[in-house]
Amino acid sequence: MGKYIIRRLLQMIPVIIGVTFLIYASVYALGDPTLGRCGERACPPGYIAKFRADYNLDKPLIVQYLLYMGNLIQGDLGINFYGNRVIDELAARWPTTLRLGIMALVIETVIGISAGVLAGIRRGRFIDNLVTVSTLFLISIPIFVIGSVAQLVFGVRLGWFPVTATQGTFYQLIMPAFVLASASLAYIARLMRANLSENLRADYVRTAKAKGLTNRRTVGVHTLRNSLIPVITYIGIDIGALMGGAIVTERIFNINGIGNFLYRSIGQKDGASVVGTITCLVLIYLFVNLLVDILYGFLDPRISHD
Amino acid sequence: MTDTTRDSGLDTTSVVPVTIDPTGGPESTLSAPAKGERARSLGSDAWDELRHRPMFWISAALIVFFVLMAAFPQLFTSTDPYFADLSKAREAPSADAWFGRDSQGYDVYARTIYGARASILVGILATLFTLVFGSVVGIISGYGGGWVDSVSSRIGEIFLGIPLLLGGILFIYTFPPPLDEPLVVSVMKIAFVLGILGWPSIARLMRSSVLQVKPNDYVQAARALGATPSRIIRSHILPNSLASVIVVSTINLGAYISVEATLSFLGIGLQPPAISWGIQISEASSIGLIRAAPYMLLFPSAFLSATVLAFIMLGDCVRDALDPKLR
Repeated sequence: MGKYIIRRLLQMIPVIIGVTFLIYASVYALGDPTLGRCGERACPPGYIAKFRADYNLDKPLIVQYLLYMGNLIQGDLGINFYGNRVIDELAARWPTTLRLGIMALVIETVIGISAGVLAGIRRGRFIDNLVTVSTLFLISIPIFVIGSVAQLVFGVRLGWFPVTATQGTFYQLIMPAFVLASASLAYIARLMRANLSENLRADYVRTAKAKGLTNRRTVGVHTLRNSLIPVITYIGIDIGALMGGAIVTERIFNINGIGNFLYRSIGQKDGASVVGTITCLVLIYLFVNLLVDILYGFLDPRISHD
Repeated sequence: MTDTTRDSGLDTTSVVPVTIDPTGGPESTLSAPAKGERARSLGSDAWDELRHRPMFWISAALIVFFVLMAAFPQLFTSTDPYFADLSKAREAPSADAWFGRDSQGYDVYARTIYGARASILVGILATLFTLVFGSVVGIISGYGGGWVDSVSSRIGEIFLGIPLLLGGILFIYTFPPPLDEPLVVSVMKIAFVLGILGWPSIARLMRSSVLQVKPNDYVQAARALGATPSRIIRSHILPNSLASVIVVSTINLGAYISVEATLSFLGIGLQPPAISWGIQISEASSIGLIRAAPYMLLFPSAFLSATVLAFIMLGDCVRDALDPKLR
């Protein structure tokens, strides 16, 4: 197990270096880092020269990158438009986004897994068809459509939920969390259904049944546990989709979180905030996936023994 | 394909092939079909399965419909999508403007029809890019092995480490379109960004199927008989991996259309005056407008969702047909 964890940690290093270098090179070397710094017009040459000196852009690319990484490790994501540190802007907003994200995660795992199990056990019956068809629709409808329509129907027309969630309280975030969870919920249900119905045909299930175990025990203990493993990996990958979805959801419901900050920074052409926020989110995504990978090693001993 | 014995099923009913054909695969000599019955390859088997599925026909019809709409929008409407009548702004649907009019007085129906082009072009171009680039990289790393494989796998991991939407925002934000850029160029840029972020999934798929096929006896036999790598790839590796790659690509096509619309919705994809579903929905989705003119939101949303649904449904059907385990 220790060996497996160390191997995963070592494999992570080139990915982190590669991702940060890709972001750095495309923004600072290929792109124009002074973009939007001076409003709608081009920056004066004096400003550009000072900017390039301040941000080490006159040095060789590899030196620039190392200095940038040094700052990044210290939590320095740059200074935005308004002279604020991007990390401070994010720190002020992350509790709301985290709350929204956790609510969405809980919704998608609980509902997704239950729907998948129900469909997997009753394969070919009405409930199975209902789950397969409705998840297909949920996957196909883009999140901003689901969000806008939910806002129109449940917020404006029916008045069941607040139309916007400016304070970010639990009650206000219920509808946005459902919207954010919708597509992932459908994926989890489908994944769970496929795994479960495949595992139900496995030899060990037949053995368990032949031994005289109750159906409840064969499905509930043996099959379910094995079918949950891929779902956990999926949740790791899904964090990336949730981050993208949070930008859209927070924009629609006007939630004052990181996603809305990113959206407004895009609109204001506040480059430092856009790049800093995305770098931060991508790094979080990589770390979450590392954690999931390690957890996976514990859940499925076959993985860590090769 | 050089696999003639499998393709021309009618001939094999009378003549059982006895010559050892190294490129024909073991199936052609092993399974002599019964009299009067066509030899069934995986492809024809899958087609048989597909033909009897209503879902397949629905999705295929929808795709044909939307592709036609993208190619020849004039067939569906004679209204100029750029003609704005401000005095009729936000008019409800009527015989004159079937889907109503938006805040600028544009005809929502005409703009919804013309909006198909950008979405479908982005989807198709991004998918083609991932398909070609991903397959080439996957085949080279699977077939070559060694350090080529390690390097390309590590590079793939880097691109997989960036979530699609976040990467799309970052790259398109960094290279913003100039004001007077033609639609085709912006579409190609977005497709390129999505392709750059999406190719590793296809490359992995291709690589694993190369590794699966390579140790088989018939590949060894072909190699022993002097078949060049390009011939082995064309006649053994490609046919074996094509099915899963096509399924994943079809589903991805739907996803790319959805991401393009999301980018436009967030204000970084296509920019007005370009017409796209994402821009239309973005303009319609402020709370005041949702209340006052929901048709501005609902019609483009329905078209966008139906397009994505069609591609995902098609991919799903083809996968079910190709994967006998799930039947």
